[in-house]
Amino acid sequence: MTDRNPITLGRPLAARKTHTAQYSLLLLLTICFCLATDLTTWFQNWRGNRAESGNLMAVAMGDARRLFANHFFVKADSYFHSGFYPSIYDNLQSYKTPHIAEDSGAMRGKNTGDETTFLGPSRNWIDRFGRQFFPSVHTHLTEGGANGEQKEAEVREILPWMKLSSDLDPKRVETYSVTAYWLRRMGKTDEAEDFLREGLRENPGNPQLLFDLGRLYSESKNDPVRARNLWEAGLSNLQTATEEQKEQNKFVTEQLLAALAKLEEQADHPGKALALLERLKAISPNPQAITEWINGLNQATNRNAVPVR
Amino acid sequence: MSTTLTIAGIVIKDLYRRKDFYVLFVLTALITLVMGSVNLFHDDHIVRYLKEMCLLLIWICSLVIAITTTARQIPMERESRTIFPLLAKPVTRTQVILGKFLGCWLACAITLLVFYLFFGVAAMSKEHQWPLANYFQAMTLHWIMLGVVVSMALVGSLVFSAASANTTICFVVVTFILLLGRHLDKVAMQVPQPASSALEALFFTIPHLEFFDLRDLVVHDWPPVRWLVCLKAIAYASAYAGFFLLAACLLFRRKALT
Repeated sequence: MTDRNPITLGRPLAARKTHTAQYSLLLLLTICFCLATDLTTWFQNWRGNRAESGNLMAVAMGDARRLFANHFFVKADSYFHSGFYPSIYDNLQSYKTPHIAEDSGAMRGKNTGDETTFLGPSRNWIDRFGRQFFPSVHTHLTEGGANGEQKEAEVREILPWMKLSSDLDPKRVETYSVTAYWLRRMGKTDEAEDFLREGLRENPGNPQLLFDLGRLYSESKNDPVRARNLWEAGLSNLQTATEEQKEQNKFVTEQLLAALAKLEEQADHPGKALALLERLKAISPNPQAITEWINGLNQATNRNAVPVR
Repeated sequence: MSTTLTIAGIVIKDLYRRKDFYVLFVLTALITLVMGSVNLFHDDHIVRYLKEMCLLLIWICSLVIAITTTARQIPMERESRTIFPLLAKPVTRTQVILGKFLGCWLACAITLLVFYLFFGVAAMSKEHQWPLANYFQAMTLHWIMLGVVVSMALVGSLVFSAASANTTICFVVVTFILLLGRHLDKVAMQVPQPASSALEALFFTIPHLEFFDLRDLVVHDWPPVRWLVCLKAIAYASAYAGFFLLAACLLFRRKALT
């Protein structure tokens, strides 16, 4: 008698199918293993390998992270104003250069207009009513903050966003300069130096960072010798730069020349100071002020000169 | 009233039976604690970034809970056919809608209470102060805003065929209002007619949910908003919530359930 039960009838076929699937899996696993041994070597030598980076952002986002660096830099400036900050729909004329950068001297200010009135007069009752639910008064963290009673140390609140911005774009020099300036103002000289050195590791020989490090040694550590070495290194790095880079670095060239001239003046080396000031006068947007400085220096030199008998 | 409260009670029980709230709360707590443990230039007093992150997570989580909980109420009752025995009892359709609204809104209140308590503790551990008035205002206005969102999602659940479509649309609308609502009139001034008038009309029509977002004031330690202004905002939200609830009641009254 033949077995007509459909379950038992199908069993040998089902078993065959299971075996085929198992062999296929085994074959795929073998192929994967062989490919992995080959690809691992290639991946480790590949320049685009993110896994070697110690930076979590770099691993997660790759180069796309640089797009967000400016956003967080501006966010820090917004924190500096306790949240009172223009959106892309407001008048941005007075916020073209972040105030934290302008105050630190890391960027030349391009702001025009009144920074306190970017909201303008209220346009309707919804606008008027809505202004009571978000910061609508201009304040700085260094000048009492939101309630006018906060200590200047509250400026530390900008630091997380600056750190994040530098993590996202380590090649953005302004972030290091500005952060170091505010760290120094908070009395965190060592942290500022560490951060500037981190910036120099990412941007070797950068004149702006060398200038800031020199400023740190000159102003916070009272070490003019190191400051001079750093500033001279910055100037010499600028001389090797291309014409396009020199144009971009005009601001830092002015800063380096002025700082060195001041240092030489304090060290009673008027000749060197005058030579540096002549170079500064040639590129400064305000040559009149430099001429006055030169005249003052000349007068002081003539006064101090011992009369010949 | 007791019927409405009973239905609301069932909705609240549904919230704590489901895992959404627990998952979102643990996620918020975990992210906040990890962010709080970051060493930033050896300064333990930096707190505003932590407050901002925590409040952002609270807003996202509360919107997720409010919209998803509300959007599935009516469709779930219809799919499981429990709506028929419910309506067979001496319960009017209006009571069902009011019960669902109240349940979802109270569920949001419980959620916000837990979240803001955690926020307060996390912030206090760093800044050693407890600005109770600011936190209370932020939480209350947040809850009031969720009332508008819940009522809006309730209308959506009667208009759209699937809960997923309603959820997506509600998220898009709420995000749009929160991000752009305040600026619509400025955009209207920069575009030609008739788009300008359309945007202007939209500006005055939409519920301005951004009024209820006090995050910037809390994060940067601004003084509390004047209480009278808060009351006006509550009245404004109540008008919109009332409008949506009325619309939901009218729609549900005429809705064929089969």
